[in-house]
Amino acid sequence: MTMRSLLILLLALYIGPLFAADELEIIIDRGVENTLPIAIVPFNWSGAPEMPPVEFALTIGNDLQRSGRFAVMEEADLPQRPVQFQEVNFRDWRLLGMENIVLGALKALPDGTFEVEFRLIDVYRGAQIAGFRIPATAKQIRRTAHRISDIIFERLTGIRGAFDTRIAYVTVRNNDDGSKRYQMQIADADGFNSQVLMESSEPLMSPAWSPDGRQLAYVSFESRNSSIFIQDIITGERTRVAGFSGINSAPAWSPDGTRLAMTLSREGDPEIYIMHLATRNLERLTHDRGIDTEPAWSPDGQKIAFTSDRGGNPQIYEMSTNGGRTERLTFVGVYNARPRYSPDGNSMSLVHGQDNTYRIGILDFRTSDITLLTGARLDESPSFAPNGSMIMYATTGRQGSELAAVSADGSVHQRLALQVGEVREPAWGPFPPEMP
Amino acid sequence: MKTRLFLIVLLTVLLGACSSTGGSKQQPSASVDDRSGAGDNGDVNTYGAGEGSGAGMSELDDPNSPLSTRIIYFEYDSSDIQERYRDVVEAHANYLVNNPNVVVALEGHADERGSREYNLALGERRALAVKRQMTLLGAAASQVRTVSYGEERPVESGHDDYSWGQNRRVELVY
Repeated sequence: MTMRSLLILLLALYIGPLFAADELEIIIDRGVENTLPIAIVPFNWSGAPEMPPVEFALTIGNDLQRSGRFAVMEEADLPQRPVQFQEVNFRDWRLLGMENIVLGALKALPDGTFEVEFRLIDVYRGAQIAGFRIPATAKQIRRTAHRISDIIFERLTGIRGAFDTRIAYVTVRNNDDGSKRYQMQIADADGFNSQVLMESSEPLMSPAWSPDGRQLAYVSFESRNSSIFIQDIITGERTRVAGFSGINSAPAWSPDGTRLAMTLSREGDPEIYIMHLATRNLERLTHDRGIDTEPAWSPDGQKIAFTSDRGGNPQIYEMSTNGGRTERLTFVGVYNARPRYSPDGNSMSLVHGQDNTYRIGILDFRTSDITLLTGARLDESPSFAPNGSMIMYATTGRQGSELAAVSADGSVHQRLALQVGEVREPAWGPFPPEMP
Repeated sequence: MKTRLFLIVLLTVLLGACSSTGGSKQQPSASVDDRSGAGDNGDVNTYGAGEGSGAGMSELDDPNSPLSTRIIYFEYDSSDIQERYRDVVEAHANYLVNNPNVVVALEGHADERGSREYNLALGERRALAVKRQMTLLGAAASQVRTVSYGEERPVESGHDDYSWGQNRRVELVY
């Protein structure tokens, strides 16, 4: 990562429309090998003399760079700035070893909407791989940039892109009088467009997306004890689904969205339950005197993994959602907690503690090995992107907790620093429904 | 300014209510704002005044009494009550036995290390360990409420042994 590209990344945050005060700042702080070279030519802007509402080339370039699979050419190094396919001088690009280029144009229409056009070009074949014209409202325009990133990513890697997705997270601010302000926020996966879903003077925890991305379950201490709420993201309407005596925590949606796994200690000690959301009926899954918590559903909905200290220290166990035998999954180290299955079900992210450091690890089910992806002292709350390519987590920064992300192979690391206060417990949302 | 005045009025009302009933079951309410995706639904801030202390609490205020100790600290990933807190727990249990109308809240906390939900469970286990000890010593179970905040309400914000030690605790709140 050179200083200049860092500067460009930082500049990207100050160009464009006015944002809410607390945007996340993205800093990519480790270089990458074996990446696909790509150049994104600044999109031609035909509209009013003011700046375009979104700097497409920068937004797309940041997306692709963050994935760890691309090396995006710096704008100053571009040999030419073609807008149309026939303007491309393929020889120049081939000489620079550039394999793919992206061209595009953004047009402001009289009715206040926009039209975005882009082409993905294979330099060596001298051919267009993809070309789209997408209408967008002012509100959708940044999403459109992420959709283009998704198309490019999928065409060139064969993997569905997850740039047009959202994250939920908790922020904490200290008030002048010593009290705290907790917020449940959602934002685009690159940290932009943050919105406050809920605000409280008491702690908020454990955001969990419904599989359709329309609802968020979370834990709130607003009644001076933990309770689980489900909130509609569009309307803001919310319901308390669990407010029993003892702890009510760790909500996790079943992949079909009909059930919510959770931890309740209403019967004395923390146990895993499954709530059928239509009836609110509870089914108790674990029966053990130790701590059982942090349930996670396998992608096929057949199994639940959870953290338990039944063996003397926290380790990860798995059982069928129909009950039955419990199997221990982790054997390396004295602290393995907070499991999350990868979307393909072949591995699991977890928090691995050893010698006073807590890092994000990946447990590979085929080898039973744990690979550590992060190297800070107090990392927690890993959450997979819906395409499994990246993991977002919370780490300790200068102002307390901040968000970070790592590619699933551990090669690219980045931090998303909120400018004021702490930000923690990232939860990566599902793929969005197709835009019209 | 308005809020403060409101708080004072509310506090006065609450205290009045407490002294007339002898003990408070009022829960302080948190302020909560809901916001929809489309915009702000308006500020729904409600402020509580905290729990008023009931009548006859003077013994609790004696700085020389073991009752003045209101925080019990724990070792890492442990809910064992250390030897040095035995007198404290016993004094509080006796106080509850002698004052059957008094209710104490035990707030369990954990340090920041490891995962949050596990720490929430750990905070509860600590609070329950103190409760168990108190009930064994004669306090009625109904006199002891427990709540866990896990690692969500640290008293020290450092990332070191000292801060962690201060944060692994059960607070006794009358």
